[in-house]
Amino acid sequence: MDAPGFIREKTLRAAGLDILQVNLGYRCNMACKHCHVEASPQRAELMGPGTAAEVLGVLDACGIPTVDLTGGAPELNPSFRDLVEAARRRGRHVIVRSNLTIFYEGGMEDLPELYARLGVEVVASLPYYLEEGVDRVRGDGVFQKSIDALRRLNALGYGQGGGLVLNLVYNPQGAFLPPAQCRLEEDYRRALREGFGIVFDRLYTFTNMPIGRFRQFLERTGQLTAYMEKLAQAFNPATLEGLMCRRLVSVGPDGALYDCDFNQVLGLGLPEGLPRHVREFDPAGLSSRPIAVGEHCLACTAGQGST
Amino acid sequence: MGDYYREEDLARFGQMGKHNPDLFRKFMDWYNAALEPGALSKREKVLIALGVAHALQCPYCIDAYAQGCLEEGMSMEHITEAVHVASALRGGAALIHGIQAHNAVDKVSL
Repeated sequence: MDAPGFIREKTLRAAGLDILQVNLGYRCNMACKHCHVEASPQRAELMGPGTAAEVLGVLDACGIPTVDLTGGAPELNPSFRDLVEAARRRGRHVIVRSNLTIFYEGGMEDLPELYARLGVEVVASLPYYLEEGVDRVRGDGVFQKSIDALRRLNALGYGQGGGLVLNLVYNPQGAFLPPAQCRLEEDYRRALREGFGIVFDRLYTFTNMPIGRFRQFLERTGQLTAYMEKLAQAFNPATLEGLMCRRLVSVGPDGALYDCDFNQVLGLGLPEGLPRHVREFDPAGLSSRPIAVGEHCLACTAGQGST
Repeated sequence: MGDYYREEDLARFGQMGKHNPDLFRKFMDWYNAALEPGALSKREKVLIALGVAHALQCPYCIDAYAQGCLEEGMSMEHITEAVHVASALRGGAALIHGIQAHNAVDKVSL
């Protein structure tokens, strides 16, 4: 496979620092087949309160406008609520990447109301607009729970254009590339509105990363080589400008810093000479850092890119 | 005789250009242009291709365009309906030729 130049020459650099992405742990109430983090109820890794306090220290020390909380299910971290409230008190835009079914776990029932009260942006996984596609990837009954959760968010004002932002995330349910985002968004809008009365702001299409549980699926079914070739053939240099790693730093559950959540899973840390831990955070140095890249980066640069 | 159709041969399609690159390039230019969005969307063209693949019973084309449908955001429901359209056309095309049989019978009958 002929790797694109940015992978061979390692010339990709950050172009600013707009988002602090914080992974609060790999524990999740689900174990989806495509999960690159391999999150599940059995995973023990959680960001401790000390590290969460160090994350807040970064917000106090610099003006990064957006905090993006992810997991696992980030809500399962005991520090989650404090972190969201503290970030909002500091005037930061907070995004929570929610799996929606977490609202039905014990003690989590009030999350939609909490999000609405604090004005949190919800980015919710809904891999497809049909039940069969979602349940096959995420587990039986997940689609219906997700629909119920989206209705609750809509009832609170989410997705209505009034400031409470509800974005959905599509993942291909297998070893193929995502469709054009705008075209699929139309299908989602029609299916969710006509079928369930649900509205939302935007749909993001993600490309499945050849790492974690999805990579195991590719290997098990003998599709890894073909999938990687497909990604390489679909390489689009126009995606390089908007890659999320160019404006984001990812903090792992142990406080280690990475260029993105995917590099975090692979243990691909920041290059020598840069801060390696959230307590050493240096916004100036991180804003123009060289980005560590690998073969998996092809998933973010294929086709129209992966938001 | 072994497997006449092998999955990996789909990726070797380009080798058909080996002994006559000029004709192959002309074919590929035309093929790619025919599948570009125009008055019809990419999605509509991919569905037509899937239907034709079934009517021709070409396993390579079925593989390629079943995936193409997924990459256009379509579900198994869309794919199945397209296959029904192709099958119905094949069935209808056979059935309409029954008139030829009737005509042939009429021609030689008293």
